[in-house]
Amino acid sequence: MGKLKTIARRTFLIGSAAIAGGVAFGAYVVKRDPENPLTAGAAATDAVFNPWVKINAEGITLVAPHTDLGQGAASMQAMLIAEELDADLDQVTTIYGPPAAAYYNTALAAEAVPFRSNDTGFAAETMRDTMGAVMKVLGAQVTGGSTSVPDSFDKLRQAGAVARETLKAAAAEETGLEISQLRTERAAVVLPDGTRMDYTALAATAAGLTPVTDVTLRDPSEWRLIGKPVERMDIVAKSTGTQTYSIDLKVDGMVHASVRMNPRKGAPMIGFDASVAEGMRGVSQVIGLPYGVAVIADNTWRAFRALEEIEIDWDVAAYPAEQADHWAAVEASFTPERLDKEWRHDGDVDAALDGAEVLEAEYRAPYVAHQPLEPLSAIVNVTTDRVDIWASHQLPRFVQQRVAKKLGLEAEQIHLHNQHAGGSFGHRLEFHNIDVTVDVAREMPGTPVKLTFRREEDFAQDYTRQIGMARGRGTHAGGQITALDLDIATVSASRSQSGRLGAPVPGPDTQIAAGAWNMRYGIPNLRVRAYAVPELAPTSSWRSVGASSAGFFAESFLDELIHAAGADPMAERLRLANDPDARAVLEAVAEMSDWGSPLAPRKGRGVALVTSFGVPVAEVVEVTDTDDGIRIDRVWLAAEVGRVVDPVTFENVVAGGVIWGLGHAMNSEITYADGRAEQDNYHLSEGMRLHQCPVIEVRALENNPAIRGIGEPPVPPAAAALANAIFAATGTRLREMPFFNTVDFV
Amino acid sequence: MELNVNGKSHTVDVEDDMPLLWVLRDELGITGVKYGCGIAQCGACTVHVDGVAVRSCQLAAGDVDGDITTIEGLGTPDALHAVQAAWIEHQVAQCGYCQSGQMMQAASLLEGTPTPTDDQIDQAMSGNLCRCGTYPRIRAAVKTAATKLQGA
Repeated sequence: MGKLKTIARRTFLIGSAAIAGGVAFGAYVVKRDPENPLTAGAAATDAVFNPWVKINAEGITLVAPHTDLGQGAASMQAMLIAEELDADLDQVTTIYGPPAAAYYNTALAAEAVPFRSNDTGFAAETMRDTMGAVMKVLGAQVTGGSTSVPDSFDKLRQAGAVARETLKAAAAEETGLEISQLRTERAAVVLPDGTRMDYTALAATAAGLTPVTDVTLRDPSEWRLIGKPVERMDIVAKSTGTQTYSIDLKVDGMVHASVRMNPRKGAPMIGFDASVAEGMRGVSQVIGLPYGVAVIADNTWRAFRALEEIEIDWDVAAYPAEQADHWAAVEASFTPERLDKEWRHDGDVDAALDGAEVLEAEYRAPYVAHQPLEPLSAIVNVTTDRVDIWASHQLPRFVQQRVAKKLGLEAEQIHLHNQHAGGSFGHRLEFHNIDVTVDVAREMPGTPVKLTFRREEDFAQDYTRQIGMARGRGTHAGGQITALDLDIATVSASRSQSGRLGAPVPGPDTQIAAGAWNMRYGIPNLRVRAYAVPELAPTSSWRSVGASSAGFFAESFLDELIHAAGADPMAERLRLANDPDARAVLEAVAEMSDWGSPLAPRKGRGVALVTSFGVPVAEVVEVTDTDDGIRIDRVWLAAEVGRVVDPVTFENVVAGGVIWGLGHAMNSEITYADGRAEQDNYHLSEGMRLHQCPVIEVRALENNPAIRGIGEPPVPPAAAALANAIFAATGTRLREMPFFNTVDFV
Repeated sequence: MELNVNGKSHTVDVEDDMPLLWVLRDELGITGVKYGCGIAQCGACTVHVDGVAVRSCQLAAGDVDGDITTIEGLGTPDALHAVQAAWIEHQVAQCGYCQSGQMMQAASLLEGTPTPTDDQIDQAMSGNLCRCGTYPRIRAAVKTAATKLQGA
């Protein structure tokens, strides 16, 4: 299997070459299902039907391998299983389960291929199948890319149905009745005379049966849970302060710790003087690390305070020390040598622009930090043959493999106890907390170390969103857009991130122009080119990744062209839309916002349409230019997602995505001075606060058969729709985020 | 020093300048109160001292001069405070990390202003950051809680 994994990894890396070269591993490997991780340690009376359902006399346990970062993944996964299992959410418990290959993510493959998400042609589908097989062989257990719903939708319903049918077979065996005489409801098999046999009572018999895998999934008309308003499983805990996060956990014998790492991210430490800190109350140890200093204490605050008293000599950054030089590197990257890929060229853009009156504009998107409200932390206990880690992470198997490699152990010896996260937005795809806490804990074997990042440290070490610029050129004639040429240059967050994962991705970065090149418009002459800026400060996936910048560029420049053409922003987009889903979401927001109805003076509406993660999202923003600044009054959003699993959480997460997109476009950036991020806490990087929050109306469209995730797609259109609305209200065109550098907001 | 937390008296041996937040979390094991920023910018650490919302990251233990209530003392899953019941009814939480502080702030607001206007809600709640963006539901839940408390 080792060699096959290597081949699979290589296939994963080369991506587009997979089709040309053919799939390098045999179909038998792909067909073979990974081992069921629940089998190990299961008692003879535990029915483990598959990697997702375990039932015994004590209860029903569902494994929800996608990490709950606040997006409601745990409840969503439980709903899908329980729908077919015929149980209700109050009858089941969810756990993360161990990191395991069985929980590989197939849906990620869809975004990893260089095809438009609405391209269902042979090449696109073949490559998606190939990449899906690669994910399976690699056992890539990943929460990210808005894939939790698409990855789970069939798989988990199937898991529930298999368990249900096997329990019926167990009941048939115990009673001598035919399976066809049995039905199920509320976690029990019901006999023709009405007698209920609880699943928990049938588990021992079911454990001895081969799972019934020939099952048919229910028609949507029969669903009890999917698409219905249900109560989130964690809502009572999260409304009473009883939900625990990794930062709240306590392990017997645990010590507290905190760390200061070189704020010039990734650079080493030269030396330090901890003589004051060492004598402070509660401090038991100061540990020098290659990249910083950790303090061990009997209380988190005592560790924090001692850290402030340590004199540290930091080495210089490997990237430019000053922000102006970061921008200069971006500006210098619009060259043939830096061309990453010409993603799209319809018509003949050069010919269309030649001799025409050309509109030109330039846009900027800054670095932005993730900064979920729960600071990074971890508890790690290193012993000679076993490591236990309590933390929340989106890549559980990567954590396992990374720590095993660091300590010279086998992956099976690393036990990650994954936790609900206090937010992530991509932050928990990185490994700061894991790496540092392991480095400290290995210095004190057998003592569990709980290491908590100060907020300032979390900001300082945040691997931000990519920095980037775009240059647009375009023409119009007769009130219509005739040519749009968009060059986008950003650092490659994907390469920065995958490099740290030890899996560098050669070939074009699919994210630099994501949300732009795949625009669902038929513009006669349309070209989108992506340029890769050489690595500067480290960057990573930030909620909606490339589309958060490229979507802003594309929909802002399109809007400028439409205004220059004297056309209506909605009408011209509708005319250009070349896809039924794109048209439908635009029509929906036009209707919701009563687009075209008269507005009071100093008010304006803006619209944007961006497709990311397969989801076309249209947003209309309405603003008022008050004497004190811009006020965002209302936002209307429509998204085509195929199917909404959990409507209550859906609306919450979508509105939150709008707020994320607007708040950071308005108020947040990370800039560097002396190699350090200048923003070290929320007063300098606020996102949105409640008083700035508009009224948000959300509509899901369910026309397309493809099931999509919604965590990220609401973000990209928000910045452009806001800038377009501000232009409509004031005549001021905002081309650089964050907007608060140019206009005031109330 | 002596601290009264959620109706229970505790003796703790800590520096006078240790923020109440860390006394509660690390010395007393009361973890519903959250560390978010440490500089009174996020509100996740909000507790009540004699019924008034304060940022426990900025209140030195030695300066506490009243009874402390944390989210655990506001209500429990079996005996919900009206604010918590409203938070459940509106399914406000996403990650939930800020919500203890949000609810403590809301309860304090409604104590002094039983029928707040939209502007009063915005003013009182804007010091509490929610990175998930649950603000629309927070606004709605505060209003529902106000109604519940009026009827009680």
